[in-house]
Amino acid sequence: MSISTLFADYSQFRHRHPDGDVPHNPYKWAMAIDLDACSGCNACAVACYAENNLPVVGREKFANGQAMHWMRIERYWDQDGREFPDQGARYLPMLCQQCEAAPCETVCPVGATNHTPDGLNSQVYNRCIGSRYCSSNCPYKVRYFNWWDYPTTDNVWPAEMNLQLNPDVTVRGKGVMEKCTFCMQRLRAAESDAKTQGRLVRDGEVQTACQQACPTSAISFGNLVDPESRVHKQWRAQQVELDKHEQAKDEEAGGSDLRGYRIYEWLAPYPSIMYMERVREIAI
Amino acid sequence: MKDIREDIAWAQINNDVLKSLENPRKLYWVILFIAIAVVGVAVGCEIYQYNMGLGVGNFDNPHMWGLYIASFIFWIGMSHSGTLLSAILHIMHADWRKPIYRFAEAMTTFSLMTAGLFVAVHLGRIWQIYFALPYPNMRQLWPNFQSPLLWDAMAIFTYLSSSILFLYVGMIPDLAICRDNMHPGWRKKLYTALALGWEGTDRQWRNFRVTYLTIACFLIPLAVSVHSIVASDFAMSQQPGWHITSFPPYFVAGALYSGCAAIITLFIILRYVFKFEEYMTMAILKKISRLTFAIAMVWTYLVWVEYATAWFGNAHDHHLMIEKATGTYAPFWWMMNFCASVVPFVLFFKRFQTNIPVLFAVSLLLNLGMWLERWMIVAPTFADGYYPWTWDHNQWPSLVQWGIVFGSFGWFTMLFMIFCKIFPSVSMYEVKEMVYHRKLATKKLQATANLAAAGKGAH
Repeated sequence: MSISTLFADYSQFRHRHPDGDVPHNPYKWAMAIDLDACSGCNACAVACYAENNLPVVGREKFANGQAMHWMRIERYWDQDGREFPDQGARYLPMLCQQCEAAPCETVCPVGATNHTPDGLNSQVYNRCIGSRYCSSNCPYKVRYFNWWDYPTTDNVWPAEMNLQLNPDVTVRGKGVMEKCTFCMQRLRAAESDAKTQGRLVRDGEVQTACQQACPTSAISFGNLVDPESRVHKQWRAQQVELDKHEQAKDEEAGGSDLRGYRIYEWLAPYPSIMYMERVREIAI
Repeated sequence: MKDIREDIAWAQINNDVLKSLENPRKLYWVILFIAIAVVGVAVGCEIYQYNMGLGVGNFDNPHMWGLYIASFIFWIGMSHSGTLLSAILHIMHADWRKPIYRFAEAMTTFSLMTAGLFVAVHLGRIWQIYFALPYPNMRQLWPNFQSPLLWDAMAIFTYLSSSILFLYVGMIPDLAICRDNMHPGWRKKLYTALALGWEGTDRQWRNFRVTYLTIACFLIPLAVSVHSIVASDFAMSQQPGWHITSFPPYFVAGALYSGCAAIITLFIILRYVFKFEEYMTMAILKKISRLTFAIAMVWTYLVWVEYATAWFGNAHDHHLMIEKATGTYAPFWWMMNFCASVVPFVLFFKRFQTNIPVLFAVSLLLNLGMWLERWMIVAPTFADGYYPWTWDHNQWPSLVQWGIVFGSFGWFTMLFMIFCKIFPSVSMYEVKEMVYHRKLATKKLQATANLAAAGKGAH
């Protein structure tokens, strides 16, 4: 027990990746979502439910806004003057943006949410006391709280249904906050496999559940530090840089051919997910 | 109109105040009974919520905080006027505070206790609440020192312990009076233990004065800091409607405001219930009314500063501001503005400054306004925050939330009423002091006047 812990420089645990040109960690997990390819089919959301033991809360609670979808598809109607069956819509897959300077991390009174060295915004369920300050400060509202006791009182997985639960992921009890982890269980497995074989994780070796389920390959996921990874190439092509809050696309006068952007970049949370805006006119 | 009758005998003061420990009016029991019943309802709600999860309160994804946090701020705010009366006015030598500061200080303590309960009620996992405290442990797990909620926990504990100490220390000479006047029984034993062998020697009085003044000086910065920190819960976050620099002074002003209004309410109740007409006089009530009016104007100014900041702020702040005035929360928002900025103008008129029924109604309305103000800070930001996907959804607090909020008023009243029955709620020794000083001052004034009349002219 040392007093120095009290006066530690906490900002060092929240550095952005890579720091300068030198990555201090071989991994920085990041994502790129191509909205042009997204058809809003919700397969990613379903895959997420299956992979991460998300409780299916039922019609009533869903309508009440208490759904637990870490990955959600948001639908925004096109304002093109057409009526419902012909009206176009835009879809936005929304998940935790794994911000590098996450607003949620600084405000948690117990430090239940913090940054991992490989650039994830982790949530420690055991430490969480449920003050919900993280969610209050999240600009994206992608944190989900266990309002009810799903595994026991609500009995979301009755009888043999619990056999379909993913054994690599805990089942959360009432009163804790949870959110997308970038399928951390898969990342950890791949990272430790690679470590025992004395190499780095290869691009494409690890996929998130949503990426795996996406029929149009709208989601790509990988190591941003690795210059050969698909996600790195996409970020490079769109000239989106992790530690900027204004990108080439915004700075270019009179519109730009670039499509890459990050949501609420100007708040400077430095999100790890780059979206590529939709350019096609008509819904699929 | 004099603050207090100058010819009250000291024994009379003892008698009158000690009587309050024995036979209050029947209304006392009615209030206590209602308070306990309301607490019972709240305990039921809390047990239900504890077992089922916070979902019973009707929270959902954007609406993460609700009435609990609003009430938490309200009760923290309520606690500030006790310190204003007992510590700030003590240092400023405003002796009209003497008959009323005891119950104001008790109000501070009990409202802080109530606020503390809301922290617990609000948490998803109450049973892990100690995680938020920096207690030594083998794994060197510390709370997050960057979080305003942690500052809250520390500030509240410090303020609570100091104000309990202040209340107690200020009461020691009175406890000795109680001890000396009680028949043998549990009360006698209690006062004997609590009076700490007070005899009233010169040395004891000197030490007592120094201690009291020291704690008073310690308490003033605490009172300012504690509500500034509660304001930081919001100002330090990134959300529209919260991220406003003027929040700390705004919250402190609001705190003093609702506290003063609560002092008027309790003043009127105690005056009637314990027959304190001789001590809690109209002149004093007038002074508190004026004080409340002044603070109300400071608060109104600051609330307009907040509106201006939001209006000329970024697009999201602007949107939120319009939503507050025209959206789902509009009725409450307008009611808040009316109760807290318009109603205080009643206090501007001299004839209402001493009119008990009017003051009672006004003080309740002011506090209703201040409670709504806290709710209007917390709730609309969730309903119309940054993310458009969350805008289409409204969520109203369920009966469970309301039950616990009403219960908190019962809880506060219960503690306060029990306190007033066990401990003297008017400071006997200070009232004696006040009477003595006033009498002395009057005598001096008369002597001077006599001299002047005799043509000897004192300068």
